[in-house]
Amino acid sequence: MPKHILVAYVEDKPGVLNRVASLFRRRAFNIDSLTVGRTEQEGVSRMTIVVDTDEVTARRIEANLYKLVNVLRVDDVTNKPAVVRDLALVKVSAANGKRAEILQLADVFRARVVDIEERSLMLEVTGSEDKIEGLIKVLQPFGIIEMVRTGIVAMARGAEAVSPNPPTVAAQLAEPGNGEATPAGLAMSV
Amino acid sequence: MKLTGAEIVWECLVREGVNVIFGYPGGAILPTYDAMTKYPQIHHVLVRHEQGATHMADGYARASGRVGTAIATSGPGATNMVTGIATAMMDSSPIVCITGQVGSKAIGSDAFQETDVTGVTLPITKHNYLVTRPEDIARTLREAFYIASSGRPGPVLVDITKDAQQLTADFDWEAAAPRLPGYRPHLRSLPSEYQRAIELINSAKRPLIFAGQGVIKSGATRIVLELAEKAQIPIAMTLLGIGGIPASHPLNLGMMGMHGEAWVNMAIQQADLLIACGMRFDDRVTGNLKTYAPNARKIHIEIDPSEVNKNVRVDAALLGDLRCVLEEIVPHIQPADHEEWLEHIQEMKGDSAVRDIQHLPDNGHLYAAHVINDMWRLTRDVDPIVVTDVGQHQMWEAQYFRHEQPRSLITSGGLGTMGFALPAAIGAKFARPDKEVWVIAGDGGFQMTMAELATVVQEGLKLNIAIINNAYLGMVRQWQEFFYEKRYAATPLLGPDFVKLADAFGLKGIRVTRRSEVRAAVEEARAHPGTVVIDFQVEQEDSVFPMVPAGADLHNMIRRPKPKVNVLAETGADVEWEMPR
Repeated sequence: MPKHILVAYVEDKPGVLNRVASLFRRRAFNIDSLTVGRTEQEGVSRMTIVVDTDEVTARRIEANLYKLVNVLRVDDVTNKPAVVRDLALVKVSAANGKRAEILQLADVFRARVVDIEERSLMLEVTGSEDKIEGLIKVLQPFGIIEMVRTGIVAMARGAEAVSPNPPTVAAQLAEPGNGEATPAGLAMSV
Repeated sequence: MKLTGAEIVWECLVREGVNVIFGYPGGAILPTYDAMTKYPQIHHVLVRHEQGATHMADGYARASGRVGTAIATSGPGATNMVTGIATAMMDSSPIVCITGQVGSKAIGSDAFQETDVTGVTLPITKHNYLVTRPEDIARTLREAFYIASSGRPGPVLVDITKDAQQLTADFDWEAAAPRLPGYRPHLRSLPSEYQRAIELINSAKRPLIFAGQGVIKSGATRIVLELAEKAQIPIAMTLLGIGGIPASHPLNLGMMGMHGEAWVNMAIQQADLLIACGMRFDDRVTGNLKTYAPNARKIHIEIDPSEVNKNVRVDAALLGDLRCVLEEIVPHIQPADHEEWLEHIQEMKGDSAVRDIQHLPDNGHLYAAHVINDMWRLTRDVDPIVVTDVGQHQMWEAQYFRHEQPRSLITSGGLGTMGFALPAAIGAKFARPDKEVWVIAGDGGFQMTMAELATVVQEGLKLNIAIINNAYLGMVRQWQEFFYEKRYAATPLLGPDFVKLADAFGLKGIRVTRRSEVRAAVEEARAHPGTVVIDFQVEQEDSVFPMVPAGADLHNMIRRPKPKVNVLAETGADVEWEMPR
């Protein structure tokens, strides 16, 4: 099933993350990743939620998110031109003179070396999920000791900001799949 | 004005128009109970179990359309409320539950009677709050009442720590107006949706209106009937929609779904357009979704956007308050007569009439359907409020008691909560002291909450309680009969002597075992000034028909068995019983 990327502005109050997570559990919507962080506006947090689901269910998720009193705004950026980024830290084994080879690969993926040790090194890589998957794949033969990923954060391109203020018409429900079809934000940008 | 948090609670309740609150005191809510003595304008009803308090608030809300209020202490007091809150959530009933919580410093320490109540009730409330400071109480309660009653109504729980109740704060009602930037109860669909809906209605050949609870909640009876009459569209009701459309209206077909009448379900399967008004396509009304209304386009008029396309994909969705939406649409609907369609449905009715239990002569057995239909005949002069429990009697009531007024049937539909009837009836009586209130409950459900009889006595209420007693958990027994080869695992049920039980509470008890005694018992109960319990000892292994087995196609009903003698044909004019709808 296709991935949907929803951006939700929520009130920064205790328990809000729990409410959102509980909604997904309760309605059996499958979360791929969920990230939360502060925004430019005080008291407002921004969540990027990635779900594996069809278009109609994505609309239902959006409607259910809106039902939560603490959710200010939901925006589906799946089909919008958007920058979509995941960040990973990968600790990879660099024994037996493999370091140079790894550094070369890191360079191709524009990964940064953030820690270096006699038999290992740590890479930091930012990019689309595909790019990170690609790096992980080529690093695997060397032996990945430890890895962490943040999950996706996304932002629509252009000067317009998705403001936390609610949209004037929040109910274009009956016509699923009427967004732009160019998944520009999902293209690899290595 | 400096007040304690406890006093602020009551100041807010008074301003929200609360005149009765159902509750049970305890340690963590004691400061609030102590302050209650200063507010005699709010009547407190001491319940026997906190579940009862929530059902009472729910019954109050459903009978009046206002917000019902319940109060309990922390821990077990609050967890006992869970069933009632879930019941209110499933049936969109506006209630506000206030619970005490241990002191804010003790939260998380597993203190005595500490439970994470906001965590427990998160999925079964429309919204909930934990309040730890007295200065937050007023705004929170104002928001709670607003959220509970606006948009799609529902339960809101406010958990207040003991120290927040004890400490003082400035109380300023005006300044504590709700601040809910993310709450949008009033949504609207795009004009194109309206256009599409109007076109669908105007071009339909076999349309059907579905009347759900939204008709009652929105006060849309008049405008739904206007639509139906203008274009001659028959109406089918959900269980919770009963009362929203008068049973006697010629276009009202009756209840749909698992125990709906055969002609209603057949009409749904044959319709080319469903106009769903304030209902949510519950599995109990649709049966198998794959074969549901296969020829019908669907219009969904619904206040909650998350219900749209949830169970049934629709062709047009009109969001908003049902009455407002219909008022915009109806002027654009062209008059029609749909003569062929209505005649066809009428023919299907005739086939069912032959099987109707009402046409069986009195054979010495006491059938629940007869009892309930007799109760309707004997009380129809006042159109009483009937509060039913859950099970066979609930379905027989829906089939054989004909409701003419909105809010005259109160029942737990979505959650199917046994034990609901008696406490909900207490709440309904407080909401409508002018109305005659009947409880119809099975012997199983009644035994779940019968301790509330003590509340009835303590409050000096007048209820009429009919126990449809078949000494079985009847609906479960019916499923065992149909689907588990009559293995009656744990369904035979020993009950007390309900007449003696009534007597023990100082109430009047009547036992009925024959049909000929029904009239006298009902009349005696109505004439008696106090609450009366009637123990109707009915046929034990009777079943509710028609029945769509769970998950089966809506048209594949288990029909009522055809009687050996066609009483209609044999007796002709002597048949005094009219069709249930």
